[in-house]
Amino acid sequence: MKMESSRRFTTVHQSITFSRRMMLLGGAEAAVGALLIGRMGWLSVAENQKYQLLSESNRVQLIPVPPRRGWMIDRRGKPIAINRSSFRVDIIPQQLVEGSQAVAEVAKILQLNSDEVQRIQDELKTSRGFRPVAMADNVPYEQYAAITVRLPELPGISASRGFTRFYPAGAAVGQLVGYVGAANTKEYEAENKNPLLLVPGVKVGKEGLEKTLEQTLRGQPGGQRVEVTARGKLIKELEPKPDRSGGTVRLAIDADLQEFAARRLGEESGSAVVLDCLTGDVLALVSMPAYDPNSFSDGVGRTEWKMLSDDPRKPLLNKVLNALYPPGSTIKPMGALALLQHGIDPDDHIFCGGGYQLGNRFFRCLGRHGSVNMHRAIAKSCNSYFYAMSNRIGYDKVAPTARRLGLGQKFDLPVVSQNYGTVPDSEWKAKKFKQNRRIVERPDWTNSDTLNAAIGQGFLIVNPLQLAVMAARIASGRDIQPRLIGVHKDPPELIGLEPKHLEIVRSGMWEVVNGDGTAGASRLPLDGIQMSGKTGTAQVRRLAASATRGQGGDWKYRDHGLFVFFAPSDKPRYAGAVVIEHGLGGARAAAPVAKDVLTFLFDRNKAMQSLAALEQQWGGTLAERTARRAAMVKAAAASAA
Amino acid sequence: MITSAIIPRPLARLPWRLIFLVSGIAGFGVLVLFSAAGGSPQPWALKQAMIFLFFLGVAVAMSWLREPTMKAFVFPAYVVIILLLVAVDVLGFAAKGAQRWLDLGPIGLQPSEFMKPAIVLTLARFYELLPAADVRRWRGIWPAFAMVGVPAFLILVQPDLGTCIMVTLCGLTVMFLAGVPLWIFVAPVAVVGAAAPFAYSMLHGYQRKRIDTFLDPESDPLGSGYHIAQSKIAIGSGGIWGKGFLNGSQSHLDYLPEGHTDFAFASLVEEWGLVGGAVLIIAFGLVIRWGMKVSVNAKTRFSQLAAAGLTACIFFYASINLMMVMGLAPVVGVPLPLISYGGTAVMTVMLCLGLLMALERQQRTLSRVV
Repeated sequence: MKMESSRRFTTVHQSITFSRRMMLLGGAEAAVGALLIGRMGWLSVAENQKYQLLSESNRVQLIPVPPRRGWMIDRRGKPIAINRSSFRVDIIPQQLVEGSQAVAEVAKILQLNSDEVQRIQDELKTSRGFRPVAMADNVPYEQYAAITVRLPELPGISASRGFTRFYPAGAAVGQLVGYVGAANTKEYEAENKNPLLLVPGVKVGKEGLEKTLEQTLRGQPGGQRVEVTARGKLIKELEPKPDRSGGTVRLAIDADLQEFAARRLGEESGSAVVLDCLTGDVLALVSMPAYDPNSFSDGVGRTEWKMLSDDPRKPLLNKVLNALYPPGSTIKPMGALALLQHGIDPDDHIFCGGGYQLGNRFFRCLGRHGSVNMHRAIAKSCNSYFYAMSNRIGYDKVAPTARRLGLGQKFDLPVVSQNYGTVPDSEWKAKKFKQNRRIVERPDWTNSDTLNAAIGQGFLIVNPLQLAVMAARIASGRDIQPRLIGVHKDPPELIGLEPKHLEIVRSGMWEVVNGDGTAGASRLPLDGIQMSGKTGTAQVRRLAASATRGQGGDWKYRDHGLFVFFAPSDKPRYAGAVVIEHGLGGARAAAPVAKDVLTFLFDRNKAMQSLAALEQQWGGTLAERTARRAAMVKAAAASAA
Repeated sequence: MITSAIIPRPLARLPWRLIFLVSGIAGFGVLVLFSAAGGSPQPWALKQAMIFLFFLGVAVAMSWLREPTMKAFVFPAYVVIILLLVAVDVLGFAAKGAQRWLDLGPIGLQPSEFMKPAIVLTLARFYELLPAADVRRWRGIWPAFAMVGVPAFLILVQPDLGTCIMVTLCGLTVMFLAGVPLWIFVAPVAVVGAAAPFAYSMLHGYQRKRIDTFLDPESDPLGSGYHIAQSKIAIGSGGIWGKGFLNGSQSHLDYLPEGHTDFAFASLVEEWGLVGGAVLIIAFGLVIRWGMKVSVNAKTRFSQLAAAGLTACIFFYASINLMMVMGLAPVVGVPLPLISYGGTAVMTVMLCLGLLMALERQQRTLSRVV
């Protein structure tokens, strides 16, 4: 305490210190006051806009109103996928009265099973007050009415009109348009948790065009803007934001032709494609049998799904785009074009004595055609000719023509997936061998590889759409690209093949149907309109492996029947391909379908008459058979439950 | 003062300007509570008005307290409050949870509230008794620290960080004004800075979380940062003129938590804007200026220090709350006196004002006598 003795702290000091420190304190307090007002000014003036936005996004919530899904119509405006009004029942959790039996009672009226009730309970637990929870979709009118009359005693239950997707042609368009359904978790995450996808009744495309055209068809969601509290209680409704329906999409498809082709395929497992060979518009793209997109859009039951996926005729596969077949003899016109391009004289003759000797191996022909030139070789589908001639130029010279005509090509189409197969050549084989040494025994291209590919077997595999495009490009000589959306008028550029060569090939294809050819039984029953085509038979397994040579026995080992065609022969307008799986042969199974489909384009009545006779054999129209099958599924599901 | 022949002298001698000011602030608070209840006097506005009027009456009555009486009661009152705090802590320990109240039938008594004016008066009395020469000596410093430290510790363990801070700040203010050497205040700041991490680890989970979210409110906007985030939205969205009476969406739709208690100021600014908030802050400023003037004009050392300390108490009360609401301080749970719903803050502030009015009356009567 030495310091203090030298400088004593007295009352005078004390009072000076007090007033000095009082000033300091007052100043500090004033500074704090100024700081507070400044801070308040900063928040409410400088950052006002930011906080106003935040406050609004707190206050106003949007209950999305699902937009009406856009239609799909055919090239003439006929509906392919539309919306049908239906009834639905939802729960508004906020209006539910505690301990009320409303949900249980409605579940009883709707005859919901225990799984459904459990799902509703789970969703109720996690839902925010004002967001409805879906109870049932597509409710029959009787149940809807039963609930409506009791609504006053069922607080929290809402019965309303909604929309369900409807496909007038049913299974006929199944593989083409796909179907819709409620979004699953993956789809919800993929769209950055778009809240619209959680709204009851909102469906998204799951397959086919419904999936690929989703963004066009969906439209802009509107919404009821509501003021809600932090706990999700609705205070009042504000001005609604209007929704915008999805856009209508006009397809290149001819709905009538599509449906006819689907019906004509009957009970067969197969596909048919018809193109406008001048523009590339896809008029029909049918894969049968197919699921009924109407029943799928209501939700696929487990039993139904199992029955469909166990079906050996593969109703869940789009056989136009995703099934690959050896094209068989259908590619012989293409082979002929390649031969012509590489200097083979169409009048060069080859003697067919039932096959072709290559070294110590004998490659078979299906007949003994004697002396054949190119025209006759196409008409009679003579293997010997194509063995000999292709071997003369080598397959590496054939493959570019195959690709130019669309084989092995992936087309620019709004489809979920395409399997585009293989057009083999030496380079391809070497690469394949490098990747997997076990599958291919020899890395070099052999003459027998050429021979096999020349008759559409071996490594060559294609899908039916490629065959149809090939037919269309041969028929028109133009670089046809298949188009599913819109109606086109202008033909594309010429493909750059010698018109003379095309004429030779076309005349061979004319002969197939209208002269001394393999499909003489499938001439069009029309005056002045002729069809040209080429049959094909694709082996499912090696000839030697079966005693019946693929012509009988077990269905799944029978040969596929293929047919490519165009018509009218003199002025081609339509081209296409038909593939009948295990149909034994192109002339026998596929060509008659092509004949009827083309007849439909020129004379509907005649085509419908022949179809009626056939459908009687099969046990009813496609719609009737689909309905019967649905009843079976339902019965199976009931017995399984 | 109103000097008129009609008004009886005792009434005329009341500091009417202050009473109007305080009533104005409280009236504003009642309006905010009316709006926060969705435009209804129930359940808060009416009750709050009655609480205010009651304590205004108490304060006016207290203004007749004489300084000698005050002095006589200061130390016994301090001891009683310390004992009550110990009792609360013991009860809280027994109940294994936070305990701030003593249940006295219909009313809960929060002894820590009384400690705010009590610490001021006790220290003022202590420095009055202390010879001037001892103020800067160790023997003058340690008892003061003990007098602040013991209650602060007892309150901290309740736990009630907000009140603890206020009691400490009130005590330190009196010590500062009494002339305790400056290094006493500067050194601890340095020490606290060094010890902060250690103290942080000693805090309760929820207290620690409040400091975390104060330092980075966006880190947890839906958790404990929610209070500050929503409060800033309410203040910021009000703009200059506010959204209008009864139109505050943040408070009415419950986005602003505690919109009628700790965060009442945010409700107020949302509806009355920057202008409303500034008016309120200025009104508080005027009240504080009045109290400072009482202190400056005081004739005795006790009244000088007591008036300044009590004024500082009101200042800390208001400014801690405002800083917290505007995101300048962690959420420590201090209400805004006269605005927030609840009787304790009103009681404390009106006790302070009552004592200040008594000291002020003293000056006038003394001056008359002398």
